[in-house]
Amino acid sequence: MDQHATTRGQGLRMAAVIAAMAVLVALPFFISDYRTFQFTQAIVYAIVLVGLNLLTGYNGQISLGHGAFYAVGAYTAAILMEHFGVPYWATVPAAGLVCFGFGFLFGLPALRLHGHYLALATFALAVATPQVLKVRHLEAWTGGVQGIVIIKPDPPFGLPLSQDRWLYFFTLAVAMLLFLAAWNLVRGRAGRAMVALRDHPIAAEAMGVNGAMVKSTVFGISALYTGIGGALGAIAVQFVAPDSFGTFLSISFVVGIVVGGLATLSGAIWGALFIQFVPNVADQISKAAPWAIYGAVLLVFIYVAPGGVAYLLSRVWGKLRR
Amino acid sequence: MEGFLHQILSGLATGGIYAAIALSLVMIYQATHHINFAQGEMAMFSTYLAWMMIDAGLPYWVAFAGTVALSFVLGVLIERIVIRPVEHAPVLSVVIVFIALLVILNSLAGWIFSYTIKTFPSPFTWQGSQNGYLSPHELGTIGVTLIVLTALFLFFRFTSLGLAMRAAAQNPVSSRLAGIRVGWMLALGWGLAAAIGAIAGMMIAPVVYLDPNMMAGVMLYAFAAALLGGIDNPFGAVVGGFVVGVVENLAGAYVVGTELKLTVALVLIIGVLLFRPTGLFGRRYVTRV
Repeated sequence: MDQHATTRGQGLRMAAVIAAMAVLVALPFFISDYRTFQFTQAIVYAIVLVGLNLLTGYNGQISLGHGAFYAVGAYTAAILMEHFGVPYWATVPAAGLVCFGFGFLFGLPALRLHGHYLALATFALAVATPQVLKVRHLEAWTGGVQGIVIIKPDPPFGLPLSQDRWLYFFTLAVAMLLFLAAWNLVRGRAGRAMVALRDHPIAAEAMGVNGAMVKSTVFGISALYTGIGGALGAIAVQFVAPDSFGTFLSISFVVGIVVGGLATLSGAIWGALFIQFVPNVADQISKAAPWAIYGAVLLVFIYVAPGGVAYLLSRVWGKLRR
Repeated sequence: MEGFLHQILSGLATGGIYAAIALSLVMIYQATHHINFAQGEMAMFSTYLAWMMIDAGLPYWVAFAGTVALSFVLGVLIERIVIRPVEHAPVLSVVIVFIALLVILNSLAGWIFSYTIKTFPSPFTWQGSQNGYLSPHELGTIGVTLIVLTALFLFFRFTSLGLAMRAAAQNPVSSRLAGIRVGWMLALGWGLAAAIGAIAGMMIAPVVYLDPNMMAGVMLYAFAAALLGGIDNPFGAVVGGFVVGVVENLAGAYVVGTELKLTVALVLIIGVLLFRPTGLFGRRYVTRV
């Protein structure tokens, strides 16, 4: 491929990205408030999936427990709003910072765990999370089993938008910032260090990559994304309660990155749409149906298309361009 | 003091169940170096099969034997159909396949048998030792666990099939050269693990009641038990199971209360992984760069 074709390819890709953004911005004006809320939730999941993918896809550290960081983010936002009267927009970075701390600290011991063991430790974290949130000593803050109710924010400056639409745009803006940051991260020096540590840790360390520092920082950043997602999710749902942060939440994040595609950023969008809308449709068949479908889809993707939707799309894209 | 002794003894009873599941985890880990995340859900599904048979009017012990046999077959089938294709895949793919299995079994059980909580009968209902420290069911559980452990020990120690399975797990290449069908040995290992899980499931079901999520807590403790004992050591897993059972009960009664029992397991798991990754009886592996 010569230089000219490459720039044309990039131009086409740029056009596709701009078109997608235009669709995303226009979307809420054509659908009901309820559908807007659902898409807000999907964007929240996309943020989480980018975070999880940085850790699992790019850095090769398996986490089956990201629901715990999501819960920490959600509770941070809820507690700040409920007990300290912090405005909703300020809770989002706060939740991110708190989760970065938690993630970094969890990442330190995780350094010593590889593959299955890390999966096991994070799985245990996911199973134990709802219980920790219900602890009686923290009830004054967390509201115990009852959880905390959050008031939905009004649009600022008297903008003529419904609350749901305003929240959609707010979430979308945060998501775009975070996507841009992740994109910059993975294509730079840090991203190459992450991938090198995944593919050949010993060689990477021999080349001068500080394995321990990179891995625990990636854990922190991944938790930061997840925590921000959790805070935005809590504001959108207007409610946090321990039982919404169980094992299956963590598993659905894993489903999301596998469906979207490991080690891709665009995959997060497909994965998020999948885990947001497939259960809605499948719920009508049976309460168990969404999870049966999740399981089957996981198997199909691992056996047939380990690269996920993003990989399939890029192949179709490549065929079309030729 | 009496209460303390009671806590320890009933800890041993649940510990027996953890030991059994930990043992089935170790069995699969030894052969394939995979931690089977779906072990608990497999046991749960088997327990539903037992419930179905009992509900259809079969006597308890017939249903028990039928369930163990059926679970064995299902375990072999799962290895052959679901696990075989990812035998040499990266760890991440294997973990995801296990998670898929967990999710599928959980939702199938919910779909077929509904999510309503069911009671499950205990076969140990004799009267007499009511004033003692252990309920008949706890005593029976310990008995069944010990029988299973002895049977397994005898099988692996004194039969040629057991020897072949050990050989296949330890050195697949040489075993294949010696004429052992390594693939089938792995499948048999899965079958055995499923059968042991089924027994554990039927023993715990009268205590925690039967529902698709009954195994989440049990599974976490079994993980802790397997890790504590050393994930590649069957003897260690059994000891770990009993220790974890007692620790759980004592911590629940005197330290953190029943609300945080799962967190105790989390702390145990992470603690063992950090401070003694090989467990109490595990072997340390050194690999060449």
